[in-house]
Parts: sequence; C-alpha cells; structure tokens
Amino acid sequence: MAKLSYAKALNRALADELERDQSVCVLGEDVVAGIAQFTLGLAKRFGTDRVIDTPISEQAFTSMATGAALRGMRPVIEFQIPSLLFLVFEQIANQAHKFSLMTGGQVSVPVTYVVPSSGSREGWAGQHSDHPYSLFAHVGVKTIVPATPSDAYGLLVSAIRDDDPVVLFAPALAMGLREDVTSELVPVPIGSARVRRPGSDVTVVAVGHLVSVALDVAEELASEVSIEVFDPRTVYPFDWELLAGSLERTGRLVVIDDSNRSCGLGAEVLATAAEEMHLVAPPRRVGRPDGAVLPFALALDRAIQPGHDQLVAAIRAVMK
Amino acid sequence: MAELAGQAVTAGTASPPCPAGHDPAGLYRSMRLIREFEECALGLVKSGEIVGGIHPYIGEEAVAVGVCAALLPGDLITSTHRGHGHVLAKGSDPAAMLAELCGRATGLNQGRGGSMHAADVSAGILGANAIVGGAAPIAAGAAWAARRAGSDQVIATFFGDGALNQGVLLETMNLAALWSLPVLFVCENNGYATTMATSGAVAGSASGRAAAFGMPSVTVDGMDVLAVLGATTAAVARARAGQGPTLIEAMTYRYGPHHTIEQRIRLSYRSEEEIARWRERDPLDIQGARLPAATRTLIDAEIAEVIAAAREFARSSPEPSPEGALEFLYASGLKGRGGVADG
Ligand SMILES: Cc1ncc(C[n+]2csc(CCOP(=O)(O)OP(=O)(O)O)c2C)c(N)n1
Ligand SMILES: [Mg+2]
Repeated sequence: MAKLSYAKALNRALADELERDQSVCVLGEDVVAGIAQFTLGLAKRFGTDRVIDTPISEQAFTSMATGAALRGMRPVIEFQIPSLLFLVFEQIANQAHKFSLMTGGQVSVPVTYVVPSSGSREGWAGQHSDHPYSLFAHVGVKTIVPATPSDAYGLLVSAIRDDDPVVLFAPALAMGLREDVTSELVPVPIGSARVRRPGSDVTVVAVGHLVSVALDVAEELASEVSIEVFDPRTVYPFDWELLAGSLERTGRLVVIDDSNRSCGLGAEVLATAAEEMHLVAPPRRVGRPDGAVLPFALALDRAIQPGHDQLVAAIRAVMK
Repeated sequence: MAELAGQAVTAGTASPPCPAGHDPAGLYRSMRLIREFEECALGLVKSGEIVGGIHPYIGEEAVAVGVCAALLPGDLITSTHRGHGHVLAKGSDPAAMLAELCGRATGLNQGRGGSMHAADVSAGILGANAIVGGAAPIAAGAAWAARRAGSDQVIATFFGDGALNQGVLLETMNLAALWSLPVLFVCENNGYATTMATSGAVAGSASGRAAAFGMPSVTVDGMDVLAVLGATTAAVARARAGQGPTLIEAMTYRYGPHHTIEQRIRLSYRSEEEIARWRERDPLDIQGARLPAATRTLIDAEIAEVIAAAREFARSSPEPSPEGALEFLYASGLKGRGGVADG
C-alpha cells in the first residue's frame, strides 16, 4: 500500500495537470527550486518556461496570471505566505473575480492560487500565520481547504480545470499528513462536502487540518455521544444540501474552523443552519478569537488556535 | 494619401510625417468620433440617461488615436477610467459603447460594465479598468501569453500620470523589461491626477522610471496625432521584433472636469488661462489643418450622423432584466445563494 503525503499529493496533481494540458503553467517565487515542496522536481520535468520563477512582485504576477488567463492560459500561482493574499486581494477579489461579470461574459479567468502552508506554522508568528479563507468565501471566490492527501490531489485538479479563479489553502498543519492510497487518485468536484464519520447525535463541521482533530474527538467520546464529522472540503461554494441532510439526522451542530470569529466561516454555517435547517439545540462554533494575531511563543500560538479541548466542551454544551 | 501630411502645417511647427499606410483623414475622423461621442455622453449625463457620470476624454484624443493607429486589428489594448477614447480608437462600435454607458442590454458588456469597465474582446480591448494602474499587469500577462503562443501580437496599456506612483505599475515595468514582453506602456500625462498636479506628486519622471528598468522611453507631443503615431510605430516595431517594451509618455491635457461630478462642485486647482493655452493646440485642429477644408467638413457631418444614430440606438435599446443581475458572475455557471433565505 502506497503512503501518500499531503504535500506530495499537491505536487502530483500539479504535475499531472502540467502533463495533461499545455496551457497550464506555474508562477511564483522559488518555484524552480521548489522550496515550498509544491513544485519540487517540476521545473526539471517540464522546463522553466512552464515552471516560472518570478521576482518578488506578487501584485504584478497575480494580475499577469489574469491577463494570461484572458488569452487562454491556465496559470497556477504559488504564494509562499498566506498573508500575501492580503497584498493581492485587489488582484484576486477586485480584478480576476470580477472580469467575467463586468465584461458581460466575454471572458473567463481560470487561475488557481495555492498557499502550500496556510494557518499557523508554529513559530512563524504574526505575519506568517493567517488563514484568510473566509475572506475569499465572503467575496465569492471559489475557495477550497482540503483535509486529506487524496482530497488535496482531487481538489487541486478540479481547481486547475475550473473556468473561474479558485484559491486553495493547504493548511501547514495538514501538509505532513499521510494517507494509505488504495485506489486511483481522481478529481474531487468543487462544492461537494463529505461525511468523514457518520453519527447520529451531533454534526461537527470541521475545516482543513481540524478534520483530524474532530475525528480524534469523535473516537474519544464515542461511548458518550455519536458524532458525525462533516468535512466541507470547499468553503465556497459550501455544500449546504449535504449539511441539511446531516442536521436532519442529528439536529445538533458544532463548527470548528480556523477563522476569526467575527464574520468567519463558522458564523455563516451557524446562521444558515439556524435559518434553514433542522436544529433542536442552539449551535456552537469554535474558532480563532476576534481579530486574532498569532503571537510567537508556542504556548501563545496554540492558545489562539481552535483545538481539541474547546471542541469537546462545545460538543458537550450542545448535548446538554 | 500620406503625401497630404506635409502640406498643411500649423503655424510655426513642423508637422511630423504621416507614416506610410496611414490616412491623415482617417486619423482626424477617429478623433472627431471620440470628441462627438464625448459631447454626446456629456449630454446624456446631464439628462440623467447615463448614471454615475463619466471621465471625459476631450482634449486627449490624439493619444488614443495615434497609439491605436499604430496597432494592427489583432493587437490588444487595456484602458483606464478615462477610457472611451481608447475603446473607440481601437475600433469598437460607438453605438454599442454608448448603449453600455446607458446601461442597456445591447451594450458592449450587456450593461454589466459601464463607463469604467467597457470591454470588447473581439476588437482586442481587454477592458477599461477603474483601478489606477490596475490594467498594466493584466496587459503584461496577455503579452506574455501571446508570446508563448508564438503570436506576434503587441499590447498597449494606457494609464495616466497618476499611475506613475502605483507600485504595481513599477513591478510590471520591471517584469515586462526583464522578460522582454511586447508591451507599450502609454502614459497619458495630462498634468493632473484628479486635482493633484504631477509636479506635486511625481518625483523624477516617467522616462526616469523606464530608464531604471533599462526600458527605452519617448516623450511626445500628445496633442499631435502624428507625433504619437510616429513614436508608437517605432515602439510597436520593437515589441513585435521581440525587443521588449517601450514607455511612451504623451504630454496632453483634459479640457473638461476630471469627472462629471466636478461640474457640480467648483474646484480651483488649475487656471482658466492654463486651459485656454492648451485649447489653442487642439488636436483636432492640428490634424484638421492638414486636410482640405472640404474633407474636414464632410467628416464632421458624417460623424454627427454616426453619433446621432448611436444615441438613438442606445435610447431605444432595452434595459437588462433584473433577474439576470448576477448572470456571468461565474464562467463555470455556478449560481450563488440570494441575499435572503428561501421559504
Ligand atoms: C488605485 C486607485 N486609487 C485611487 C483611485 C481614485 N481615482 C480615480 S481616477 C484618479 C486620478 C487618476 O489620475 P491619472 O492616473 O493621472 O489619470 P487621469 O484621470 O488624469 O486620466 C483617482 C485618484 C483609483 N481609481 N484607483
Ligand atoms: Mg492625469
């Protein structure tokens, strides 16, 4: 049985798409050397005119990808740091995302933006530890946060083939995950969630690396409560139908996600469930605090992140 | 008709030659079209038929026309918030453009873009852009893609003097020079960014910025279409031959307000004398003086008809239906949720 790591899965997906489609290329900083693992070995295999090192000019190369996409290419961009997405929010949210509508459907912008290490990297502190997927969901850019190696593969393939801009967050705390891959790796449709563990008492929506945490908690509390672990995989568009089905069975909801609390993904999931779905108890969410800036010291970094103990407490609260 | 170029020369200034293959009357016609279009649009702003106002291009016509005349139909441009002139000079249908400004379903963008986002990909216009400096990297990306596809397409990206202080423009100039991309950086230096004079905003100069990246640049009289055309023709030849980008700084002037909203608030950031001085070198008069008077009269009458027809077309066109307000949001066809929960 082959063990596939999350980082390797992303690398393989990119390689497969570079192989399959000549219009795919990858742009970023140090991508020829492959320092972020995402592009490791690909420059050698596909050449430096398909795997392209750029100067440290994120705003320019992000919109250059848009211009190239307008002319038939399917660029993939790698960002070394999640907070670089703040720097190019203009280029993604205000340019790439808006072109199809503003031109009355004359063009599409098939660009994929990849952050191969989002969220806390432990010890990288304030400016390297953000996890701003809710921001992109808010503006309506397709946003995916795969939790497992096979989903990382399948979702990246779908993102590259998609005709719209897509942002893929690969949580740093998931990059080292390994999975036994028994069947062929296949594309995973954008917008489809997955129940990772069926249960009947409470639905726990967990995003990215927090899926593993939720699965651990479900196992731990198995004798006390039957937990359904729901992995949205795509945070925008969210698979509301599958969630409604899950809540139909459980009637209770906890969300654990690595967003800040105000206007974060958890807020949207709770609001939608409250408006439209079956709930027998007030729902709960576990996330980062309002306005979180991750402090440096490891104990402080961890204190800010949503985790095991908070999830256990939230589950017990909704079961009361 | 190139021989006409040397005949009528404005007082005291030697007229640059009209490059072979260009029709001096055609250049005049294109500028007249823009001028009349803008006058018409100003009227429609006043009457409330264009909402949101416009950034009029009047006074700067020679830049758009001179640059676009040096391009082939298959070449590309990106434009700015003050973009009507670029779109028309590149060959878009004035009626569809005016319908777009009026928010009609028959508009270039089916009423989804408006004045600051007019795009006509079939005519090589990858979009006006409402963010100062925002289009330059998009143009560079399109140029990059064209070169990779083995095409000899060239792309001109227009921007104002205000964009000279946008970081992304400088990043893009570096990349375009580094990768020898077929881009013409066309700086329309009209002396002001809104109310801010260039002298108060720009340290160094446009050409100094180009020089910093090892990029050739030329500063031209932006009121004389032949000067713009000549400089652009040389830059296009360089770009097409794979020799990389050029910066063209066209010294020009807008006669009217920054935006039509300025007509309602009295601002004093430039003098009437200054405006009058620039108007003496009107680009239409400069080029018009090179034509037989009868030719000019004929063109003026023809354009008046074109614009009247465009106005009629825009006015009689249907408005887009509100149910389709978010049509085209996703090329993939994704439909997001509405603002209110169902049921
Ligand atoms: C990045 C950005 N900042 C501010 C604005 C608001 N704004 C619109 S036009 C303009 C002035 C632009 O001046 P310039 O580039 O010289 O072009 P001009 O209007 O003179 O044609 C400003 C500040 C904007 N659209 N984009
Ligand atoms: Mg200006």
